[in-house]
Amino acid sequence: MAGSPTPRVSATVIFPKPTLQQVLDNLRASGFRLIGPTVRDGSVILGTLEKISELPIGRLLDQKAGNSRLLPTHSADYFACTVGPDSWKRYLFPARSDLLTARRNGDGWIFTPASDDSPPFAFIGVKSCDLHAIALQDEVFVNGTIGDPHYAHRRQRVFMLAVNCSTAASTCFCTSMSTGPHVRSGFDLALTELPDSFVMEIGSEAGSNALAGIDWQPASAFDLGRAAQVTQRTERLIQRQVTTSDLPQLLYERIDHPYWDTIAERCLSCANCTLVCPTCFCSTVEDHSDLNGNRTTRTRVWDSCFILDFSHVHGGNSRPTIKSRFRQWMTHKLGAWIDQFGRSGCVGCGRCIAWCPVGIDITEELNRLRTAGAR
Amino acid sequence: MAENAKPRLAIFKLASCDGCQLQLLNLEDELLDIADQVEICYFPEATSQDLDGPYDVALVEGSVTTETDLQRLREIRRNSQTLITLGACANAGGIQALRNTADVEEYTRAIYANPSYIHTLAQSTPVAAHVTVDFAISGCPISRRQLLDVLTALLIGRAPELPRYSVCVECKRSGTVCVLVSAGVACLGPITQAGCGALCPSFHRGCFGCYGPMESANPDSLCQNLMARGVSRAETLRLLNGFAGGSEEFRSAAEKLEKAPL
Repeated sequence: MAGSPTPRVSATVIFPKPTLQQVLDNLRASGFRLIGPTVRDGSVILGTLEKISELPIGRLLDQKAGNSRLLPTHSADYFACTVGPDSWKRYLFPARSDLLTARRNGDGWIFTPASDDSPPFAFIGVKSCDLHAIALQDEVFVNGTIGDPHYAHRRQRVFMLAVNCSTAASTCFCTSMSTGPHVRSGFDLALTELPDSFVMEIGSEAGSNALAGIDWQPASAFDLGRAAQVTQRTERLIQRQVTTSDLPQLLYERIDHPYWDTIAERCLSCANCTLVCPTCFCSTVEDHSDLNGNRTTRTRVWDSCFILDFSHVHGGNSRPTIKSRFRQWMTHKLGAWIDQFGRSGCVGCGRCIAWCPVGIDITEELNRLRTAGAR
Repeated sequence: MAENAKPRLAIFKLASCDGCQLQLLNLEDELLDIADQVEICYFPEATSQDLDGPYDVALVEGSVTTETDLQRLREIRRNSQTLITLGACANAGGIQALRNTADVEEYTRAIYANPSYIHTLAQSTPVAAHVTVDFAISGCPISRRQLLDVLTALLIGRAPELPRYSVCVECKRSGTVCVLVSAGVACLGPITQAGCGALCPSFHRGCFGCYGPMESANPDSLCQNLMARGVSRAETLRLLNGFAGGSEEFRSAAEKLEKAPL
């Protein structure tokens, strides 16, 4: 099939759902490794995709604080499932990556930077909250005073196929954080799922090229209306509300509040919240040498402000208690981040709420702290 | 240690299954290098060589359950520059510490035809309860990677890279889905020290806590949460009292749980 010519950038087109496979095939043929949501181990994780049938069709994640259950639905939608524990940072800022090796050479050392031979990734099905999270990590890793070449190398080659959310989990609160559910920018393609077809907005030249040879139609005004209704309905589904207008002052005024003692009784300091968070960017390095000390490898691994050694500095530990670590996390994420990067570190994805083993809910805790009054 | 001489290494066992010291033999790719770097003076699992002390490094596996072992341990300590404990038995009393809350004489009468031959202490205690321990490697069994890292660190004089954070960190780094949140499986991962690579959760099992409590663990909160999820008090206690039940943190949480009104 010859298909239509490629659509122009910023056009919106429509095609039947099975045609999406051709888009994925085009991307693979262009050398991308496709990464998207797939069902694994009783949840939805971000893994390598080849077929659209590998998407979590007919599944939903029923989420509440400390619980996330994968359930069947009657829907045959490809992108209805909300976000799982993984975020895209696993591919841009890997949990473990070698930085360099050093080899003894006589009296000196030879340092060899590690090479990253990962293929370019095409992210399939990025929700609006996660697009914002990636933009936040770009601020830290690419636009900051010290650029991170490892992140930049992966990031600049990413193809972004974004999705307007058609459902919301009870843990979602993107509307409060102004991060969704409608995808606004930062994508190559953005799709909205209708019962029988995908409405696709072209965000870039690369996005346009991905539709080469595909039989698409320009989206009609009616199609655009149907697509708009999908995100409007999702917005109404989002029940969770967070007030942000009094941040960061609210947190700064309560730095010595007894509230932090009570939350420390519940918090496990296990670090799950920060590791599932799509914006948390902390890392540490480990050196592993061979037995005779002639060769060593330096590896970067995800770290967390909840890990005791994270705040171990010369002379002692600046945050020895769970109380001080929880306060650091919440005050930074929702408060100091605004001073540091110009916006909140929270995108309202709800992962930290669902994946906290003891179900600590950051939105509930913020309200609790607010009602507790200044101290 | 003497100038130019290889460090002298000895491997001892108290009450234990040998699984931890076998991890040294399981270091198949590195074993020859290790043997090249150190003099293995005493290691009955591997060699009939039995050289007297003093030793530069003693690796001690197992808990103290008999008067004889207690005397041996003191002797080992006197003869060793650095004493490293291996595994849950040496660090927390091991599974055999289950008897610490029971009547050991009753056990002996129930099991042995001639209990008079059995000379055992009432409690199974960790090595550190009796002598100074320089370094502890956790696990049941220990991770051979960690053992290698500690030996390497010792040989070249750097700090060992042993995590003090939770098993959850290893699950999240490796992409293992949380069994507690996604399936309600009782798991001690959030309070247990990492190092195993989150082995049990990667096979859809909850963590049994064999690496013992992590630094600043909060077992009380996790136990309350497990019970709110419907895990029985008996099951929660069984988990806590298992591999590292002899550790201060798990033991005191178990005691609180036993005293709490139903």
